Amino acid sequence: MVPIQYYTTLAIILFILGALGVLIRRNAIIMFMSIELMLNAANLAFVAFARAREALDGQVFVFFIMAVAAAEVAVGLALIVAIFRTKHNIDIDQMNSLQG
Amino acid sequence: MVGDWILFFGLALVAIASALGLLLSKNAIYAALNLIINFVTVAVFYLTLGAPFIALSQVTVYAGAIMVLFLFVIMLLGAEQLGNEAALPWQRPLAFILGGILLFEAAYAIFTRVTGAAGPTELPATYGSPAEIGALLFSKYLLPFEVISVLLLAAMVGAIVLTRKHNRAG
Repeated sequence: MVPIQYYTTLAIILFILGALGVLIRRNAIIMFMSIELMLNAANLAFVAFARAREALDGQVFVFFIMAVAAAEVAVGLALIVAIFRTKHNIDIDQMNSLQG
Repeated sequence: MVGDWILFFGLALVAIASALGLLLSKNAIYAALNLIINFVTVAVFYLTLGAPFIALSQVTVYAGAIMVLFLFVIMLLGAEQLGNEAALPWQRPLAFILGGILLFEAAYAIFTRVTGAAGPTELPATYGSPAEIGALLFSKYLLPFEVISVLLLAAMVGAIVLTRKHNRAG
């Protein structure tokens, strides 16, 4: 059994790579995927701590996070499609007006 | 157990490499495929941590449904080739500085606060099974479960309203 610190360290590395993706990339879809990566890293930490404490509550929380991520992706991708229809571009830097 | 360590470090290498691939790829399809590899490796991590139900949900919901949605939108918009980026010159160094600070803080928190044993090596046979999670979901977490159903309905309605063609005459 690998100690729990290794799993949390891996979760942190994945989370920071996701945060860097949001900060560096300017493409809306890539930024969205990086957000998914961060959610996934948080899920990994949840499951690791659930294993360490021998409590299933962490796994139930992961289940809820998955449902929230699915809802977020549906709405976010709909937003991206709507923005692409008006601007013909999904570069975040181009989105500087609230009125389409 | 040497096998556990080999499995962990091999999978960790794949997970980090695919996350870097997501960050650095110039093609949105390749980024999505890298993210699918990452999700599958994390699902295997869930299996080693005694969470078979969550692992299978990860594969079906994340690697299946969510990434198919991503690929649909990428193909629909024809946005495979990403344009040249980095309009702001100071943005990339600032991002690395902020990421480094976050890494330092998180590493400090992990190495000072997360200590102690790795948990029991022998788990009960039903740990993480769908029956156990379902029992918890429908007793202790019944209210959040119902709220999630409302949230999914709201997301569905929102997605339809946002992508609907505006038809003033109708």
